[in-house]
Amino acid sequence: MAIVGLKCPNCGAGIELRGFEHTQSVVCIQCLAVLDAKDPNLQVIQQFAERQRVQPLIPLGTRGKLHGDPYEVIGFQERTILVDGMPYSWHEYLLFNPFKGFRYLTQYNGHWNDVKTLRETPPPAGSKSGKPAVSHLGETYLHFQSAEASTTFVMGEFPWQVRVGEGARVVDYIAPPRMLSVETTGSEQTWSMGEYIEGARVWEAFQLRGSPPPAAGTFANQPSPYTGKPGTIWRAFLGLVFVLVALAWIFTLWSREEEVFRQRYTYAPGRPGEASFVTRTFDLGGRTSNVELSIRTDLSNNWAYFNFALINEQTGQALDFAREVSYYFGRDGDGAWNEGSKGDRVLIPSVPAGRYYLRVEPEMNPQTQARSMSYDLQLRRDVPAYSYFLIVALLLVVPPAAVSLRAAGFEKARWAESDHAPASADDSDSDSDDGDD
Amino acid sequence: MNTPFCPNCGAAIEFRWSSAVQTTCPYCGSILVRHDVDLEKVGVVADLPATPSPIQITSEGVWRNRPFVVVGRILYEWDGGGWNEWHLIFSDGVSAWLSDAQAEYAVSVLKPAPEKLPPAGEIERGRKFRWEGAVYEVTALTRARYRGVEGELPFEYWDKDEVLFADLRTADRRFGTIDYSDAEPLLFLGEAVEFDDLRLKNLRQFEGW
Repeated sequence: MAIVGLKCPNCGAGIELRGFEHTQSVVCIQCLAVLDAKDPNLQVIQQFAERQRVQPLIPLGTRGKLHGDPYEVIGFQERTILVDGMPYSWHEYLLFNPFKGFRYLTQYNGHWNDVKTLRETPPPAGSKSGKPAVSHLGETYLHFQSAEASTTFVMGEFPWQVRVGEGARVVDYIAPPRMLSVETTGSEQTWSMGEYIEGARVWEAFQLRGSPPPAAGTFANQPSPYTGKPGTIWRAFLGLVFVLVALAWIFTLWSREEEVFRQRYTYAPGRPGEASFVTRTFDLGGRTSNVELSIRTDLSNNWAYFNFALINEQTGQALDFAREVSYYFGRDGDGAWNEGSKGDRVLIPSVPAGRYYLRVEPEMNPQTQARSMSYDLQLRRDVPAYSYFLIVALLLVVPPAAVSLRAAGFEKARWAESDHAPASADDSDSDSDDGDD
Repeated sequence: MNTPFCPNCGAAIEFRWSSAVQTTCPYCGSILVRHDVDLEKVGVVADLPATPSPIQITSEGVWRNRPFVVVGRILYEWDGGGWNEWHLIFSDGVSAWLSDAQAEYAVSVLKPAPEKLPPAGEIERGRKFRWEGAVYEVTALTRARYRGVEGELPFEYWDKDEVLFADLRTADRRFGTIDYSDAEPLLFLGEAVEFDDLRLKNLRQFEGW
């Protein structure tokens, strides 16, 4: 309940007190003069001719419910740090409950923290990354940023002597979603613990109208939306790969892998006459399944081209396909090299059972006049096709890899705002932009 | 036991705690020190300024599973505000202190110092003590003004002026205070507590809350 009846000695506006005798300083909402609340006449401590007024998102005097207790907003301040000469400001709302005491809500770029001062002093700790760290309740908090903060705007009441322009050294340590901060003013050191809270929850707690400002960028202790996800999805991936391997194994057991045809031929390029010929017929039995054709040649520093047709003797249906085989080798400054292969394999899928023969038309560079080529053709019915499994496994790796990349990207964005950011890529970009004219 | 009377106004003075050394007369504000069955008036309480503490004499609570009742207090002020040291009596007669500084609560008990405590002139921030398996570090030195007393206290305490306190903190919630109000420094050890932990009853009411 606010105490009314007090007047600002500077402008005469009414002054309300909500923090009982806790209040040391009160700022006139009308003229923004900082008044001594302990003085019966509310003596003016600090006065400003002109000041940029900052509008709090939660009006002073608003009551809300946090951690099951009612709290009233009694003070508001803006604090600013300079990073590379650039000012960054955040807002602090002082909350009060006469039994439970004080807490704070802080807001920066739509990111909120629920803050309470600590009664203990977290001791320094070691960290894997080598960053300075402190430990609190068994958790390690990594150093994020050290900065000189100054109070740039105040409004409402404070249980301490508040002044615009007052400075403090602020050091933040993070263990998302928590953050430990230590503020040093003169000889006084205050530790506080913040926990990241969604703007929507603040709006709900204080029954505010409209919606909270959208959170921009990544905040120091913002919990990663990917926390634990890479692990889960990689485990799922491993599970699926296991299923895939099991399936491949079952396929292998099922497959007949039966040799249905094998023959050795020779081909001499440049010899007159038709090169194409047909093989003897052979039976492809069992269910509709694949047929694997293997070509093995004795090519050396040469190529050969084969036109094939797998023809069903009964229906006359032909399946045309072609393969090129080339094998080259030699020696150069880097040593021996070779390219290509003397053989090739091709898988013809879904061939119904029946009696078949193969039409073969080999071809080589007629200029070479080289030795004839001898080659081996082998047909196997119903061979396990592992390549499908490989393709599926490669497709399956995409989601976990994407999640891992995004998780790493989130952490990168988080730490880019810290004192531990890797040498900024933006700087080199802007440098090159400058030179573009 | 005969009920003693206030030597100043004749009001009957009832003690909640049999070992109380000092109390204040709730009617005339005299500070009374107990000698056997007689009470001696040693001073008068100045009007205590209003404080925002939700605790009051007769408030009850529980600390470490032991029930207590609030029987007295000492009020201090310093540059950063004021605070109350509420005097607690546990059901077994042991006395302790519940400090309420800006609604931050801590319970502590007078302890025999494990080592000779440094005198007021030598204590400084950053000094560390290893007591009862914890490292206590002096984190603040507070020069406070004694503002007054109320109710039953375990010692004679009045007519003080400026008092030096050394606040000690640990990595956990334990804390300590070295009280330099007497020639021989006193050590209080205890822990920071949350309001809800104390399960307080019989509290002061705040209108609208």
